[in-house]
Amino acid sequence: MDWLTLSDEEWVAIRLSLKVATVAMLCSLPLGILVAHALARGRFWGKSILNGIVHLPLILPPVVTGFLLLVTFGRRGVVGAFLYDWFGISFSFRWTGAALACAIMGFPLMVRSIRLSIEAIDQKLEEAAGTLGAGPAWVFLSVTLPLALPGIIAGMILSFAKAMGEFGATITFVSNIPGETQTLASAIYTLTQVPGGDAGAMRLTLVSVAISFAALLASEAIGRVLSRNGRVS
Amino acid sequence: MTLIVEAGHGFGGFRLRAGFSAEGGVTALFGRSGSGKTSLLRIIAGLVRPDEGKVVFNDQVLLDTSATIFLKPHRRRFGYVFQEARLFPHLSVRSNLLYGRRFAGNTPTGDDLARVVELLGISQLLDRAPDALSGGEQQRVAIGRALLSAPRLLLMDEPLAALDEERKAEILPYLERLRDEAGVPIIYVSHSITEVARLADQVVLLEAGKVVATGDPSHVLSGCVASALGRREAGSVLSGVVEGLDLESGLARVKIKQRSLLVPGHGLSAGKAVRVHVLERDVIIAVSEPQGLSALNILPGRITSLERDDDTVLITANCGGDEIFARVTSFSAERLGLSLGQEVYAVIKSVALER
Repeated sequence: MDWLTLSDEEWVAIRLSLKVATVAMLCSLPLGILVAHALARGRFWGKSILNGIVHLPLILPPVVTGFLLLVTFGRRGVVGAFLYDWFGISFSFRWTGAALACAIMGFPLMVRSIRLSIEAIDQKLEEAAGTLGAGPAWVFLSVTLPLALPGIIAGMILSFAKAMGEFGATITFVSNIPGETQTLASAIYTLTQVPGGDAGAMRLTLVSVAISFAALLASEAIGRVLSRNGRVS
Repeated sequence: MTLIVEAGHGFGGFRLRAGFSAEGGVTALFGRSGSGKTSLLRIIAGLVRPDEGKVVFNDQVLLDTSATIFLKPHRRRFGYVFQEARLFPHLSVRSNLLYGRRFAGNTPTGDDLARVVELLGISQLLDRAPDALSGGEQQRVAIGRALLSAPRLLLMDEPLAALDEERKAEILPYLERLRDEAGVPIIYVSHSITEVARLADQVVLLEAGKVVATGDPSHVLSGCVASALGRREAGSVLSGVVEGLDLESGLARVKIKQRSLLVPGHGLSAGKAVRVHVLERDVIIAVSEPQGLSALNILPGRITSLERDDDTVLITANCGGDEIFARVTSFSAERLGLSLGQEVYAVIKSVALER
């Protein structure tokens, strides 16, 4: 069973992947809810353009997304230079860059799921909340958000799963530096490129399958709890 | 309380141009479906912003399109009970009831919850989920929820329309208690004469987006005006006072102008002001005083009008100051040889007056 023991480098890649995926999911969540709400309920000029931009990472080759990120958020990129000069935030060749790439790749999936659940909410309930004295912000927090919760959780899990498997955009944007930007997927890729790396690749593949499966089970379990007693508080 | 409403609003080929004013008590907006009652109510609530119009409540201007004043619904503090209960599915009955409380200022207290729960008979439901309730229970919770937001005015949009007859009969007494005990003025939208006759202090009759009559329910709901609603519910609405109850027979004697009527007595007490809705197709006309009849109400009167249409005749009989309508077939009217000014007897079965 020796071949099943993970090496230190492999552990590093796993931990990094979990960190990157978690940060990507949590940081994109507020914006995801905001955009999903705007797309579901808003009536404004340029709505279809916003919708297109949100969905772009789903359609573009990941390499293209990665390259665009490099151009924009790299140290010399328009946004990247600004962020570095004013806030000292740097994305290029850092794990934060990997998180940014993952967040953007998972964003369409998250927005789509949340948007669908917001669209499914009966707006008459929000109208009723208004007649009871609740302003728009409170209606959103006390009626819309709780009723959209199953979709929000599904969106979070989709975003997390996408981040765990993200490869193309990440490797293009922040390269493949062990300990900094080498996620599970990049590590497997690296191992398949060196002689004798097959065992390591297989170990990480099993870990990857296990994590994805656990995420899936977790989402099912949360869904069950929500539909059973989470609806009454 | 004074509410003044004036609104002009067009949508989908329908034009609403209506206005009325209301003082305390229950004001019913009455008319057939599509007459604009609900639209008018939604304008009062601020859920619809009309093309033009004005809504003033106790000198506070809530809407004035000429001055671009528009107060959002949540700032008006008007409770709204919709046709469907619209309870929040993710909250328990108790949390639903208390939802509007945080916006009501200091006014409601724990006592209010107890009082409203008692008033509406929903104490056993507090910890249940809304989808575990029957339609009637849901609607009572919705009424309680609106009441507990401490509204200055309660707007009710056909709160009984989605319920079957039994559930309606279950809720109507609660609405009467609400009117008599809660002290909140109510605007009540309905197309049911029975409901309006029982609840309203004032009726605003709408037809095709216009107000065609306003005033006392007995006047507005009686006869020709109401027959615009269709024959099924047309009739006379008589105001009276309960003189006494006969416990043995379970009947109540209701004094109308000069005559009195025997009606089923449950839910009534002596001295209570009531309205009796007598459907015109439930009235029998006799030319001589009938004998050996099961019907308990035989009112002498005089024919004041005979209106013929198609194959029926609408007879108006003045019985001691109260006008009672009877619709009979032309054949029957001819056989009896009815004529204006003739002395007749209007015969009404007590069971037909079940409220």
